[in-house]
Amino acid sequence: MKLLVCISQTPDTTANISFKDNSTSFNPDGVQFIMNPYDEWYALVRALELKEATGAGSVTILNVGPASNDTVIRKGLAIGADDAVRIDAEAVSANFVAKQIAEYAKDKGYDAIFFGKETIDFNGAIVPSMVAEYLDLPFVALAQHMEVNGSTATLKRDIEGGVETLSVDFPLIISAAKGLAEQRIPNMKGIMMSRRKPLNVVPAVDVTNPVEIVQYEMPPAKSAVKLIDPDNMDELVNLLHNEAKVI
Amino acid sequence: MILIYAESPDGQLKKVALEAVTYGAKLATAMGTSCAALTIGTVLDAGSLGKYGAGKVYNIAGEDIDNQNVARAIADVAEKIGAEVVIMPFTSTGKSIQGRIAARLNAGVVSGVSALPDLSNGFVVRKPVFSGKAFADAKITSEKKVLSLMGNAISLEELGEPVGVETIDVTLTPCKVTRLSIDKQAGGIPLPEAELVVSGGRGLKGPENWNILLDLAEALGASTACSRPVADMDWRPHHEHVGQTGIAIRPNLYIAMGISGAIQHLAGVNNSKTIVVINKDAEAPFFKAADYGVVGDLFDIVPKLTEAVKRLKA
Repeated sequence: MKLLVCISQTPDTTANISFKDNSTSFNPDGVQFIMNPYDEWYALVRALELKEATGAGSVTILNVGPASNDTVIRKGLAIGADDAVRIDAEAVSANFVAKQIAEYAKDKGYDAIFFGKETIDFNGAIVPSMVAEYLDLPFVALAQHMEVNGSTATLKRDIEGGVETLSVDFPLIISAAKGLAEQRIPNMKGIMMSRRKPLNVVPAVDVTNPVEIVQYEMPPAKSAVKLIDPDNMDELVNLLHNEAKVI
Repeated sequence: MILIYAESPDGQLKKVALEAVTYGAKLATAMGTSCAALTIGTVLDAGSLGKYGAGKVYNIAGEDIDNQNVARAIADVAEKIGAEVVIMPFTSTGKSIQGRIAARLNAGVVSGVSALPDLSNGFVVRKPVFSGKAFADAKITSEKKVLSLMGNAISLEELGEPVGVETIDVTLTPCKVTRLSIDKQAGGIPLPEAELVVSGGRGLKGPENWNILLDLAEALGASTACSRPVADMDWRPHHEHVGQTGIAIRPNLYIAMGISGAIQHLAGVNNSKTIVVINKDAEAPFFKAADYGVVGDLFDIVPKLTEAVKRLKA
């Protein structure tokens, strides 16, 4: 199977978030960047498992971003992808990124394109369904289990309060949620090999960007916690009823 | 014109769909235009969407299964009625269709919005980013716009009267996806829609101890949730897992018991309006994010809290 895995670079899950230039842009100082966890742990690993199960095919990583993303892309190669492509442009919006991915993938004949269900920075969950529409392919969002039987995939996906099971023929697009695969740690051999694997840089296509972030804001600071005597739960209930007005 | 997709799984209107209609109606007023809601399939009491502000309610026959034909139908309706803005809930359905609709309409899209757009300088809409650690104000400059609305972000308001449901002449194309089954826990409010949530972590020590949590949830009329380790150990079903790798929620009240409050857990719940933390460790990081805290043995405290809730409700 010929597989494409689209990855993003995001701040580490435990990073302290701050902004600069009058809160109009993200401040990368002191922030460690990682591969978006949904892309790495679930999307990439499930694609590798698919290739391993059939014993043939390829897994290509695709990223839209500047050269500073190459470290994270190499990690994907160390985990096991065969090659990588970086579209050389800042990922300014979901609209922009989806168009870049669709333009790159449209005539390559991928059997499946994997994404993480969302990035942990913008939490958008937009790009996968947008690429699916540009490429006229079926799409399963929030997939947490996948079985393949010939040219058909059976997928379980997370829905509110439960699980939906769908059957879809390849080619298709999948966004990966927790459960689709198990995280893999790259080993020394993988890290050594990753240095020799191709990482091709291609120019971006010209796209008008329709969405721009004009301002960031931190949430108001929480006031200190009000501690309640464990033997006085009536007081807690009273506060929730009369002060917080939530029950 | 503004079009709202009022998703209605199982033929029932979802609370987030009603919120999206109220949001759309208020935006329509601010933009000096009107709004219409769209349902797909047989939907119980679809005309009641008028109460939440829909000037018209349209219906398409069929089933909301394949996000491709659903998104195309919604985009077709948007073009037919000249919608400038298309709004839907930010749910498992919204996440399947929002990008498709934006691609069809050549529209800028912002997902998971949490407030009405500011129209004073273009079209600027706010959404939580960095898993709830901050907000971003996004400006959409395209002529057409697609928004998805976070659940519990705005209050439901009755802004009008029920209206008749009109069938609109748009058909669903054949599905490329087959639905084999839907497994949902019977009853209960889905977590993203719940206003009250009681959540348990490893501090409960095992699934056999969950009844004290369930008793409290029942007394409050709350939904139940859990931390990641609890779902990983199969003490509770996977769909109850809230946090960075589970689902993000923003209820009015989140009561956490036996959860230390790792940053990945907070990412899923820190937009809750009021947070109560019950933990025996006074140094647990969750207390820094809490409005009310109780330090002590949850096995002793939670039953007392349940009794206190029952006294309030009696």
